[in-house]
Amino acid sequence: MSDWTDTRPMSPHTTIWKWHLTMASSILHRVTGVGNYIGIFLVVAWLFATAVGPDYYEPLSGLIGSIWGQLILFGFTVSVSYHTLNGVRHLFMDAGKGLNPKMGSFLAGLVLVLAVVLAVTIWMLAGLVPGVDPLHLTGAA
Amino acid sequence: MSKPQATLRTPLGKVRGLGSAKHGAGHFITQRVSAVALVFLVPWFLISLIGAVRGGYDGALAWVADPINAVLVLLAVGASLYHMRLGMQVVVEDYIGKNSTKAVLLILNTFICVALFAITAYAVLKVAIA
Repeated sequence: MSDWTDTRPMSPHTTIWKWHLTMASSILHRVTGVGNYIGIFLVVAWLFATAVGPDYYEPLSGLIGSIWGQLILFGFTVSVSYHTLNGVRHLFMDAGKGLNPKMGSFLAGLVLVLAVVLAVTIWMLAGLVPGVDPLHLTGAA
Repeated sequence: MSKPQATLRTPLGKVRGLGSAKHGAGHFITQRVSAVALVFLVPWFLISLIGAVRGGYDGALAWVADPINAVLVLLAVGASLYHMRLGMQVVVEDYIGKNSTKAVLLILNTFICVALFAITAYAVLKVAIA
């Protein structure tokens, strides 16, 4: 594997650091970034299936509509919501704003809450939550 | 040092022209420029896609065929792939110590992102221009 032989802890020092909000936020940004990397395969597959025809589209649609497909899709929605909102937070920090410990922790926590709220809102608007269809969208999911 | 430095780069870094990742600030800047684009493109993509998916196959086809949607899909997916290639590059550079493995993964990362864009371009152009 790696030719790293130094036994001292590597950054991020998760084994010796106390967990705190901004640290979790930083790691989550990376985790959701990798999650989005995987998730876009689904988007590209959907576009490809749309272009090729119903023979490809219908099976894929069925797969996404299954319980596992819906779980993956919701995970992807949360992942995109978090990475996007936290990305805006990063742009603020790049501009030198909100860098004191109190504001840093507050914004990290706020993004965490807003990401879940945003993901659930998207699903409700999309009519993907059973019994909820505020936009009265027609057709099968 | 007689006067304060105007940049964050050290004199040695300037001379060598290389950072730890063997390139300059270009990565940092392009990562953020694509991020700014995605802040606008991703919400549009999610909201717009909802309607398309609900309309079944015919709805999906009509959605991609719309000229504005076609251009915006190419921009949204293109910017995403560009942004995620840069992001995955950093992840590989951070966690993979062995140079040969690192090189293979970095090349693979580029190939995956370019291939996904080729598939997207084919799909969108086929539907939108046909």
